[in-house]
Amino acid sequence: MKYVDEFRDPELTAQLLHELTAATTKPFRVMEVCGTHTMAIFRSGLRALLPPDIELISGPGCPVCVTSASHIDAFLQMAELPGTHLAVFGDLFRVPGSNGATLAHARARGAKIDVVYSAMDGLELARQNPAEQVIFPGIGFETTTPGIAATILAARQQNIDNFMVFSTHKTMLPPLMALLGDPALGIDGLLCPGHVSSIIGAAAYQPLAEENHLACVVGGFEPTDILQALILMARQISEDRAEVENAYTRAVTWEGNPRARAMVDTIFEPVDMEWRGLGTIAGSGLAIRKEFAGFDAQSRLSITIAESKEPPGCLCGQILKGITTPPACPLFGSRCTPSSPIGPCMVSSEGTCSAWFTYGNNTR
Amino acid sequence: MTQNISPHRAETILLDHGSGGLASQELISSLFLKHLGNKVLSALEDSAVMENQPGRLAFTTDSYVVDPIFFPGGDIGTLAVHGTINDLAMRGARPLCLSLGLILEEGLPLADLERIIISIRDASLASGVPIVTGDTKVVPRGKADKIFINTSGIGLVADGVEISATRAQAGDKIILSGSMGDHGITIMTRRAGIALAGDLRSDSMALHSLIRNLLAGLPECSIHTLRDPTRGGVATTLCEIAGSSGLMIEIEESRIPVRSEVRAACEILGLDPLYLANEGKCLALVASEVAEQALALMQACPEGAEAAIIGTVTSGGRSSSIHEASDTRPSLAGDPGRVALKTTIGGTRVITPLHGAPLPRIC
Repeated sequence: MKYVDEFRDPELTAQLLHELTAATTKPFRVMEVCGTHTMAIFRSGLRALLPPDIELISGPGCPVCVTSASHIDAFLQMAELPGTHLAVFGDLFRVPGSNGATLAHARARGAKIDVVYSAMDGLELARQNPAEQVIFPGIGFETTTPGIAATILAARQQNIDNFMVFSTHKTMLPPLMALLGDPALGIDGLLCPGHVSSIIGAAAYQPLAEENHLACVVGGFEPTDILQALILMARQISEDRAEVENAYTRAVTWEGNPRARAMVDTIFEPVDMEWRGLGTIAGSGLAIRKEFAGFDAQSRLSITIAESKEPPGCLCGQILKGITTPPACPLFGSRCTPSSPIGPCMVSSEGTCSAWFTYGNNTR
Repeated sequence: MTQNISPHRAETILLDHGSGGLASQELISSLFLKHLGNKVLSALEDSAVMENQPGRLAFTTDSYVVDPIFFPGGDIGTLAVHGTINDLAMRGARPLCLSLGLILEEGLPLADLERIIISIRDASLASGVPIVTGDTKVVPRGKADKIFINTSGIGLVADGVEISATRAQAGDKIILSGSMGDHGITIMTRRAGIALAGDLRSDSMALHSLIRNLLAGLPECSIHTLRDPTRGGVATTLCEIAGSSGLMIEIEESRIPVRSEVRAACEILGLDPLYLANEGKCLALVASEVAEQALALMQACPEGAEAAIIGTVTSGGRSSSIHEASDTRPSLAGDPGRVALKTTIGGTRVITPLHGAPLPRIC
């Protein structure tokens, strides 16, 4: 398959691994921010091939995993209101709220919930069902937000007034600033998320690199992409440099996508946002602006957002911060599995615990 | 009882069609017997009586509830015939006959029903396995989704044929009879209304002829295990075999046939073809000394033209191809009862059974 097989070439991989080993002159710790990176590293088998001096820590970049229990509770409340119809991303379907209930349970009890592939599918659902209030629970980072913004603009243009978004959208830099400011984490390099970077641009990591003396490299998602990024990072670390470099030039530019950012700015404004496991981080979320309140489920419906309660024993918070790895959690692989997840990191296929369980060591 | 519309003139299924009265009889004769009739079925007795034949009986049942009911490469009718025939064939049985139970939703267009019955007829004729008994019920609109089908099948297992997941042995080679994931991805993309370039088609197909040729061409008892990797895909089926046999299975990603259209669709939707359903493929675990011969026999059949040896059964423990893991990394130990995949780039990962339904990813 073109544009995929070239980046999974075994000979090229072997050559890059050789280069990476040569470039790694001292042990270092890398945080891969993005859940897609976590999954790609496991799924390709790359994790087992890397030089032992490189330690990989998963970061807070799985959108499902960082959705707070209180927001899941709010989605469940909306699903059970009369006349509502939820259109949700597939991996949100099995995420438990604070009392363990999921949207899958709500659907079994009669709530109308459809899995969709994009917010535009939700808008189509609203068009086809004018008597229903179609609600799209908006989750995700800079990668998904422009699509949601475009959908809200389309809804306004087409005068569809039974479509709403419940925004829990988040931005990537504030939690990274908060996390990486903690020297206890001991991170030397950041594998920056390729998809988010295509919107925010590689330049966005400049303050992180400078303030925290971090080697920041934007990487793609194929094995050779990841290896190329790690080679650049290893060279920076061995030369004690802390710069932003872009190893994913086929998708990411220095300045990113200003048009997409402008569209997001039109619809959304920054707010404080609760992250699962990380607490509330100032200015890390996006709320729908007043001018578009007609599409804002939070302002149109009376939904109470209670304080989140984390399941007892669940270490997702520490795992999302990179402080601990899944096998250290007492629930991992015993009470918490992808079939019956307790914490959010087990639910999404991109969650750290799910990746460890599915592709790695699934016993304690 | 007065009838405004004569049921056989109606364009949709009515509750009357399931009443057991005249409308039911009309449906049976004008549709079911017209297409599926044979000496045993057309007698319309309460049960089919078959001549006794020497050998052990294999008996299986399966229900079919697919949405959409029509899809490229087949429909719910072809699945209902092929699926049950394949379940018999996977124990080495020669399929003899099938039952056909239909649960119809009030309002199902009769044209759709007829199209499905014609598919069932074609699949039954092509495979040489007749429908010998049947039943139809109609439920009110909304109480079923268009049509549900149950088929049961009876087959005969010849002396000397012993095929079971528990018979897998260390050293066995694992053959997959063709490309994986075709059915699962076709249904998922149709259900989601996703139009993708390329020819995505279900692989719905009966495999009993392929298995018959394999049994006839190989020394007795050299086929140890046969399984059709339907729901849960090749990954889940191999995990079940590893679990039942207590052995370890190693497969190589680069050897597993996947059509490029299927791979592309999986890349877009964030799915792994190892977990997608197949409806016309089998996994055969055969003694290593006959593996090449078995592969050639499969490839000589149209159903197995793209067959490939994808892996090996071992007794477990750390084998040379499994990377030694350090403390901070996930252990990739080759434990008995587990399945390991050697990835295209030369890494290794553990394969686990499917958890929940495969769901597309957010980004």
